[in-house]
Amino acid sequence: MIPELGQLALALALCLALAQSLLGLIGAARGEVQWMAATRPAARGQFVFVAIAFACLTASFINNDFTVAYVASNSNSALPLHYRIAGVWGGHEGSMLLWILMLSVWTFGVTLFSRHLPLEMVARVLAVMGLVSTGFVLFILFTSNPFVRLFPAPPDGRDLNPLLQDPGMVIHPPMLYMGYVGFSIAFSFAVAALLSGRLDAAWARWSRPWTTAAWCFLTVGIALGSGWAYYELGWGGWWFWDPVENASFMPWLTGTALIHSLAVTEKRGAFRSWTVLLAIVAFALSLLGTFLVRSGVLTSVHAFATDPTRGIFILALLTIVIGGSLLLYVWRAPKIGLGGGFEPLSRESMLLMNNVIFAAAAGSVLLGTLYPLALDASGLGKISVGPPYFETVFVPLMAPALFLMGVGPLARWKKASLPDLGSRLRWAAAAAAIAALALPFAMGRWGAMVALGMLLAGWVAASGFVQIWEKVRNVQGPSGAWTRLQSVSRATWGMLLAHFGVAVFVVGVTLVKGYESEKDVRMEPGDTTEVGGYTFRFDGVRDVTGPSYVAGRGQIAVSKNGNPVTMLYPEKRIYRVQNQPMTEAAIDTGFTRDLYVSLGEAVSDTAWVVRVHHKPFVDWIWGGCLLMALGGALAASDRRYRLAARQAPEQYATAAAR
Amino acid sequence: MIVFGLAVLSAATAFVLAAFRENLVFFFTPTQVEAKEVPQGRAFRIGGMVVPGSVKRQADGVTVEFVVTDTAKNVPVVYKGILPDLFKEGKGVVTQGKLGGDGVFYASEVLAKHDENYMPPAAADAIKQAQSINQKATHTLVESK
Repeated sequence: MIPELGQLALALALCLALAQSLLGLIGAARGEVQWMAATRPAARGQFVFVAIAFACLTASFINNDFTVAYVASNSNSALPLHYRIAGVWGGHEGSMLLWILMLSVWTFGVTLFSRHLPLEMVARVLAVMGLVSTGFVLFILFTSNPFVRLFPAPPDGRDLNPLLQDPGMVIHPPMLYMGYVGFSIAFSFAVAALLSGRLDAAWARWSRPWTTAAWCFLTVGIALGSGWAYYELGWGGWWFWDPVENASFMPWLTGTALIHSLAVTEKRGAFRSWTVLLAIVAFALSLLGTFLVRSGVLTSVHAFATDPTRGIFILALLTIVIGGSLLLYVWRAPKIGLGGGFEPLSRESMLLMNNVIFAAAAGSVLLGTLYPLALDASGLGKISVGPPYFETVFVPLMAPALFLMGVGPLARWKKASLPDLGSRLRWAAAAAAIAALALPFAMGRWGAMVALGMLLAGWVAASGFVQIWEKVRNVQGPSGAWTRLQSVSRATWGMLLAHFGVAVFVVGVTLVKGYESEKDVRMEPGDTTEVGGYTFRFDGVRDVTGPSYVAGRGQIAVSKNGNPVTMLYPEKRIYRVQNQPMTEAAIDTGFTRDLYVSLGEAVSDTAWVVRVHHKPFVDWIWGGCLLMALGGALAASDRRYRLAARQAPEQYATAAAR
Repeated sequence: MIVFGLAVLSAATAFVLAAFRENLVFFFTPTQVEAKEVPQGRAFRIGGMVVPGSVKRQADGVTVEFVVTDTAKNVPVVYKGILPDLFKEGKGVVTQGKLGGDGVFYASEVLAKHDENYMPPAAADAIKQAQSINQKATHTLVESK
């Protein structure tokens, strides 16, 4: 009964999504106020029905209803409750439903926080979001229905993939999808603006907080995924340039470019058509990312051939969304105009360079991800593009971006002066140079790449302090430093914090790349090995039993100069239902280093191959990502967006009159 | 300004494409390795099935030898390190490394995906190719008789 209810709710959501888009599009074109006003309730209703559908699927998982095919293949009665809930998005069908849920959550958000936008704009934005939703719900209902029953029902489910039985995997997909789907708002605003032919500062101001919020979720989602790979895959790596990771990284790169170009469009009215294009591309790459990961095309391009309906539907959906919006862009973009001019040395020009760099970076990831697939699909041979390619490309691309990150926020709009920038940044340059020279020595060994990383991280961080110092110094009046700091907008604090997060991230990446050490050793109980100045003593392996697995649990005592540091318990698990082995690493996390131990395999009755890592500053990588996301959240909550929204109707009217 | 931006963009593109060409890793089947169709001194990937009974551990406990086959031809592989969880005799494997002058493939990476029944597509293809060639060969034999 419950699955049928879910399916019915989904069908009703489809009807409402269709109504939402038709009412919005036609209403806005004809100027029918009633029609346009109806988009809001339609969107809210759609949210309610999608939520009901999602709740129904979740209930089927909680009740272990193995008559539902999707539940039977992604859950098991021995699974603890939280993994049964996470099982909802453990496979293709449920992920698609989660995607739709996220889209309707964002749509609901737009209906709540758009009261001060012109009705016509809101109607068009909701209409475009409704169209996207229609496409996806159709996709679910016709090719990926999670509510299909299974007869005869199996006595128990096939279990959730053991790799996904992990707390990180419970929240990683929802975060990631919030990010992916969040870019649909920037996309919808862009398409709505193209339809109306009015792209001005107000448009940029409305879409900015939404875009930044989506970017925050995506940042956290990617960081969680990377952290999960680090401790769950047992290899000690934190980024593999795997197509699955690249799929989420491309929208992030484009989204980062979009955030920066939106800033220019809002403040200076420039880059308009470029901003619109970026908004379209960011969402297109989000769609591509979803499908790359979820359609099975990565496991085998030939998966498309075995289930052609799904593949063809996906390609058609991608073509309509991307092709349609690009056609609209080509048709309407010439009307948008270029906006204000600027000198070769100005904040605009630096943000332009930022955009060029991030676009090139996204392009290089796209090439490295899709080219092998295209070659394979056309039967021209098999190739792979590994980390060396991406690393060769990213260092030279990102180094100038980091340099500009230190200069850009201090440069004036329209026209900046080199001597002025030089004198304001001389202390930051000195601090960065000292960091580059001294820190590698402090770590024990000087290396050119480490010095470069420290130079750039030091530069970004020091430039941030210069910016804060100038704010404190420049504000006129007798008020104290604290009140002056309080007058700095949240948007500025957010930008500073996010850029500081980048510096932290760069420190983490540089130091872990430069100084990490690892060893694979055969150990008998009592054997010791030394890595990174720590002594690891292997005390043997004993058997333990978990809720859905049996495991050999090793015990390793870590000491430094004879003083005990910690005990580590890495495991080698066998998940019973799927009979799948899994390596569960044991990690001692620290501010300046991680100690990471994983079990290889037993080579005799008592001896094991053990992998030991010493990873300096590795946690700074994720710390930096969190700071970036926090900075973004701070910026998105700036009062200006709420105030501006209230004043918007008049501004919009004057802009239109012009 | 636009010209400058375009210049930077094209320089970046040229650089990316050069890096791409340099770091491509090609895939070969054991049959191709045997026929010396593989690059010398450059890393490439081979795939196939781990021959049952071929996995041997050297005295240090971390160096492993095994044989990869596409059912037609075999390639001996040496790898130092921990094998992935799903590496098993009789199962599919893809490995990356360089071919030594002694005909042994020195692997720097061994990939076996996380799924019990999963055969890396490249490995499955290698076996399929070799088998279809075998079949053709038997067909021609039969016909010539």
